[in-house]
Amino acid sequence: MDYVAAGALGFLGGMLGGLVGVGGGVLFVPALVIFLEQTQVQAESTSLLAIVFVAALGAYRQYGYGNVRVRDGLVMGAIAALGVAGGVAISNAVSGRTLELMFAALALVIAAQLVRRALKTR
Amino acid sequence: MSPASWPLVSPPVARDRFLKLLAIGTAGGVFSGLFGVGGGTIIVPLLIFWLAYGEREATGTSLAAIVVIAAYGAVGQAIYGNVDPAKAALVGVPALAGVVAGAAVQQRIPERFVALLFAALLVATAAELIL
Repeated sequence: MDYVAAGALGFLGGMLGGLVGVGGGVLFVPALVIFLEQTQVQAESTSLLAIVFVAALGAYRQYGYGNVRVRDGLVMGAIAALGVAGGVAISNAVSGRTLELMFAALALVIAAQLVRRALKTR
Repeated sequence: MSPASWPLVSPPVARDRFLKLLAIGTAGGVFSGLFGVGGGTIIVPLLIFWLAYGEREATGTSLAAIVVIAAYGAVGQAIYGNVDPAKAALVGVPALAGVVAGAAVQQRIPERFVALLFAALLVATAAELIL
């Protein structure tokens, strides 16, 4: 167990949350697996609990900066229950490797579009 | 738009917008269920591309949605005994300081940098998944 390294990755995950609006799970999960000796499933689950609090504080700060459309966020959060159930079902039906490659491909397509948009003059 | 005007008597544009929000929320949920993350990876770009959100607004609103989405998963997994609150605190408490700092920094950089940072995160995620 390495508490300092886990805390450092946690801090960086939180930074990501504030900077780009994700929960930070992308760093929490490896921190929990590598430094706090959890299995992948335990780490993803424990990460979700941390994300609830990190996202809540982040949303509160962003609200103060005038960057949160509260109603839109709640609508997405409410309907997402259906999606979560679907995602869990899919993850049990399809091989993990297939999922990883599909997600990777999608991430690259989105990244390319974001870069193209950012480079356009506006 | 006032809540009272929505959604039954709203004009087609507002209804279309609402349907897009539902689609984005569902997609975020699917990603959360699939990969055990909050869903921000998919919510932020869809808000930008489909609903013409500014980058900062997209990230702030995404965090609000993630609170609810991650809560579903955390409660569900807690029932199976997979959640360890002490270890969540070990990464989560430093992350609270991180998210305050990150949000403060984000207000001081151009929005296009936010988009490029997000793109870099996606590329890093893709590389990690492929390897």
